[in-house]
Amino acid sequence: MTFFSHLRKAAIATAFVFGATAVHADEQYFPLQSYRVGPYAAGGTGFFGGFIDYLNLINIRDGGVNGVKLTWSEGETQYEVEKGVEVYERLKSNPGIAAWNPLSVGIAYAMIDRITDDKVPLITINHGRTDTTDGRVFPYVFPLLLNPYSETSGIVNYIASKEGGLDKLKGKKIVVLYHGSPYGKETIPIYELLSQKYGFELSHIEVPHPGNEQQAQWLTIRREHPDYVVLRGWGVMNPVALKTAQKTGFPADHIVGNVWSNSEEDVIPAGDAAKGYTAITTQASGEQYPVVQEIVKTVYGAGKGNLEDKSRIGSVYHNLGIVNGILNVEAVRIAQAKFGNRTLTGDEVRWGFEHLKLDPARVEALGAKDLFHSINVSWDNHEGDGYVTFQQWDGKKWNVVSDWIAPDWKLLRPIIEKSSEAYAKEKGIKIRTAEDADAVVSN
Amino acid sequence: MSYYDFLFVIEVLVGGLLSGVMYSLVAIGFVLIYKTSGVLNFAQGSMVLFAALTFVSLVERRVPFALSLLITFAVMVALGFTIERTVLRPLVNRSPMTLFMATLGLSYIIEGAAQLIWGTQVHGLDLGIDDTPFEVGGVLISSFDLLAAAIAAAMVAGLSAFFYWTRIGLAFRAVADDQFAALAVGLRLPRIWGTVWTAAGFVALVAGLLWGARLGVQFSLSLIVLKALPVLVLGGFDSILGAIVGGLIIGASEKLAEVYLGPFVGGGIEGWFAYALALVVLLVRPSGLFGQKTVERV
Repeated sequence: MTFFSHLRKAAIATAFVFGATAVHADEQYFPLQSYRVGPYAAGGTGFFGGFIDYLNLINIRDGGVNGVKLTWSEGETQYEVEKGVEVYERLKSNPGIAAWNPLSVGIAYAMIDRITDDKVPLITINHGRTDTTDGRVFPYVFPLLLNPYSETSGIVNYIASKEGGLDKLKGKKIVVLYHGSPYGKETIPIYELLSQKYGFELSHIEVPHPGNEQQAQWLTIRREHPDYVVLRGWGVMNPVALKTAQKTGFPADHIVGNVWSNSEEDVIPAGDAAKGYTAITTQASGEQYPVVQEIVKTVYGAGKGNLEDKSRIGSVYHNLGIVNGILNVEAVRIAQAKFGNRTLTGDEVRWGFEHLKLDPARVEALGAKDLFHSINVSWDNHEGDGYVTFQQWDGKKWNVVSDWIAPDWKLLRPIIEKSSEAYAKEKGIKIRTAEDADAVVSN
Repeated sequence: MSYYDFLFVIEVLVGGLLSGVMYSLVAIGFVLIYKTSGVLNFAQGSMVLFAALTFVSLVERRVPFALSLLITFAVMVALGFTIERTVLRPLVNRSPMTLFMATLGLSYIIEGAAQLIWGTQVHGLDLGIDDTPFEVGGVLISSFDLLAAAIAAAMVAGLSAFFYWTRIGLAFRAVADDQFAALAVGLRLPRIWGTVWTAAGFVALVAGLLWGARLGVQFSLSLIVLKALPVLVLGGFDSILGAIVGGLIIGASEKLAEVYLGPFVGGGIEGWFAYALALVVLLVRPSGLFGQKTVERV
């Protein structure tokens, strides 16, 4: 029964919280600002479930990272910024913190100054503010794999591939239906830039939060007759968009979702209206990848799996959590190779992230071939050139329908630098050099 | 204006009216409780979530549809009487603000309990109603919304008949009119309030099923109260007819505003436009279009 499993989890979480205060010298600690209740709990349980499952796999299978055990504790945020900050303040004094992983744009924004002062990495996989990609200005923030601008470029490149090439975009019409929030609006300038570059007609239509009513927006779309609609949604806005598209006669296979519109939670409530819908992703879904299979066998086999509902293993958010786990653990491993197999400081782990290079061969060795492509983080590029792929919903599961696609990083970099340099000027931040990045605080 | 533009206006208008009926469905639950106890039940949205989540969780556990409906209704009856016993009865004769705050707290408790009992996963809800649109004279109409409107109309007719032509309905009206006078003539207030909360639970169940089929059954379902509030302000807190007419006006005007005014102010205006409209009505008619005017001797 769900109620009793909640009680059991609460007891375990409490034990971890108290246990976490006594971290030993050979332990590396991950404070988790998770959200397991509230409006976004479905995403939170999947992501943090996958992350914890991977940490458990490393502990059970390998005895930790080179003998350093991985520990964690959770604080409930309900996806609310003030609660996220409160959890940060509560957990930040625990020793051996490797990195923060809030999976929330709002909480991440509120933490940037704090983690910079504390010299601990903040991981915003697939989200966060775009200009934090520039490690010269944001030394401790890592929007790994994908930032909003790369996502935009990836989506436009995918639409172009469907049309037969970037030159075929000329004269096409694309509507971006976006969530009425800073997150939703962040990509407006880059869509406009790409529209000018490739000659497609563009219009933006806003859906007020939370997005549970979209009749007017979809009737407007119907009147505009676009070739494609890009869905930049969040939460309930996504299934409502798909349902309303059906009501107004717009075909689902001409709707392309962004990275926060790509989960099972976004399509299942829409029922048949979601069939044919395509969305971008940095990590494929499914259980067939060796690392996921190992988690099932080793972690769930030992009764330590984090997901209550095992049918969610291999879902989009669960696999994102696993990939996030791989990236965190590998950053620790890389940092250990330089600083020693011991509990590292946050700044040492930052150095590890800034040298996080996993080519396809290393990804395969980690059991994640085709789960994600590769990453190549450097001291000044904190995104790491993540590749994207596209998946289509068939009514029951997602199926990959594209190759791995590279966003147009060269086009985006000057725009990112312009924004980050303006931020540095406004805040009086000294722009880092490679030498600055190599100077590490070890205690 | 071309013929195509004219058709488009009609399409937006019809879509808005049908959406408005969905808002009315939620608003009616508020009206029922306010009418008989003077309490603005902020927990109505949570009750919608609780009902839909209970129903869909039962169906997913292979309980037959009709039985799930019955069990959920029984749960809502139990919830109604529990609320009356544990929250309302101890707060009898307290100020309306105290009662409102109590229902605000109740809303969080019900939301938390729903997730604690049934989990946090998002569910799809298929009522077997086809949602592909059909065309009437060039205007697309959603068959699902049309059926929802018919259900809402039937519910309003049923509730109106219940209020006007049954003894218990008469008792409800007596309590709504003057609680002390009703007590003096021997009406049992706790029983009446329990029954009213049960009726509100039934409305929440119907709204939960229809809204759940539209949005999916998830936490955000409780946020539909935000759509019902301007309807109540506009139509009047104590009028079922007001809830319907208010819903239609809000639904149609916010859609027309979004399509025709939105582009001039950056779009995304329907969220606040409904409240702006309600505010204007509040300034002109403080008790709403159909609400009972309160006259107090000073």
